[in-house]
Amino acid sequence: MSTMPRTLEDFMAQALAMEREAVERYTEFADAMEMHNNREVATMFRTMAGYEGKHAEQIKAEMGWKEDPAPPAGGFGWPGFEAPETVPIDEVHYLMQPWHALQLALGAEQRAETFFGELAKAATTDSVRRAALELQAEEREHVELVRAWLAKVPTPDGDWANDPDPPRYTD
Amino acid sequence: MNDPVTPMAVLTAADYKSSYKPIWCPGCGDYTVLSSITKALAQLQLPPHEVAVVSGIGCSSRIPAYTNCYGFHGVHGRSLAAATGLKVARPDLTVLVTGGDGDGFSIGGNHFMHACRRNVDMTYIVMDNHVYGMTKGQASPTTEPDWDNKLSPGGTGIRSFHPLVIALAAGASFVARAFAGDPNGTANIIAQGIRHPGFAFIEVMSPCVTFRPEQREWKQLVHTAPVETTDDPARAARRIMTDDGMNIGVLYEGQRKTYAARHSAVPQDLADFEREFEI
Repeated sequence: MSTMPRTLEDFMAQALAMEREAVERYTEFADAMEMHNNREVATMFRTMAGYEGKHAEQIKAEMGWKEDPAPPAGGFGWPGFEAPETVPIDEVHYLMQPWHALQLALGAEQRAETFFGELAKAATTDSVRRAALELQAEEREHVELVRAWLAKVPTPDGDWANDPDPPRYTD
Repeated sequence: MNDPVTPMAVLTAADYKSSYKPIWCPGCGDYTVLSSITKALAQLQLPPHEVAVVSGIGCSSRIPAYTNCYGFHGVHGRSLAAATGLKVARPDLTVLVTGGDGDGFSIGGNHFMHACRRNVDMTYIVMDNHVYGMTKGQASPTTEPDWDNKLSPGGTGIRSFHPLVIALAAGASFVARAFAGDPNGTANIIAQGIRHPGFAFIEVMSPCVTFRPEQREWKQLVHTAPVETTDDPARAARRIMTDDGMNIGVLYEGQRKTYAARHSAVPQDLADFEREFEI
């Protein structure tokens, strides 16, 4: 953990930034999938962006913020390059199926749950610890929701990435 | 009586994005580089109409269309030539140049070296994926010599071009390496490059998931440069030549007079311009 938020406001600002980054990435994925005519997965990513956007608005409402707070000068401290709920840009494929999209969402929610758990352990104030535990519990719920969603979609065949008209002819 | 002052709205990254959706392959690193550019512009609060994005040809050269700034999608390899002319004629504009490794180091290789020499105040962002993606996967100047594929069986056997060292040797006054998987860090480096007076060269490692899927491993390999930025080009060159190629950060920032500081003001009318050619 690179930086530990000291106040409840700092902590919630970081949680809000995490949701915003997730919205941005899911929207990028949805746009990319639409461009590649993978409409089912595009819709799924758009839906995920919508959920994360609602979480962001929920945080703002709870804090009574009209605008998103400005990030700290050096940016927020994340365990990796990006916020834990953000799916890395290179983990999608133009032929991916809903199952793959949900696997990515599951990973993101699990990372978020772990992140808040770690913050709760490292918190130096009761207010931050309580809020971190609350958000950890929310992320745990999201993990279960994604798992339930996953159970409803078919597992892809082994040759899901085979394209009869591939972009690459070099292999 | 003074007019009431309307507070200026704060520009966000979204304000710099156009309504055109990128057509890059899903998973391409260029998506986050676009995002980093818009975040950097928002960080600096530069009005979009005071920024020009110039590019050549290739996947990453599509970026001007995806921003709300002025854009020039030019000829293959000639982005730096067009951008140099623009910046000299309109020094008030912030000029960003975007492109890929083929466009910048092969077709535009000569322009690259001389842009570094001239030290015109602009920022050159190269999305380096070590391959020609738009034309279906040929080896580029930065491709590893042993990259085996049907178009170059057994690899080209040709030593890779080292753009950071070439930039240093040619006189670039700001040299950095960034990674597409670190969009916030890349945005900070781009913002630093824009603020830097002179030619800023930023090589962004941007994976091509279609032709170089193994580059997905980069996110496990890249790391922040363990040393501070130096203003000594010899030290920077030694570091860059001996590092693992995965160090990200501003590797060199020097102070050299910009092209504008060494030349008189741009002629304001044709008569002034003609007088410069009088014998």
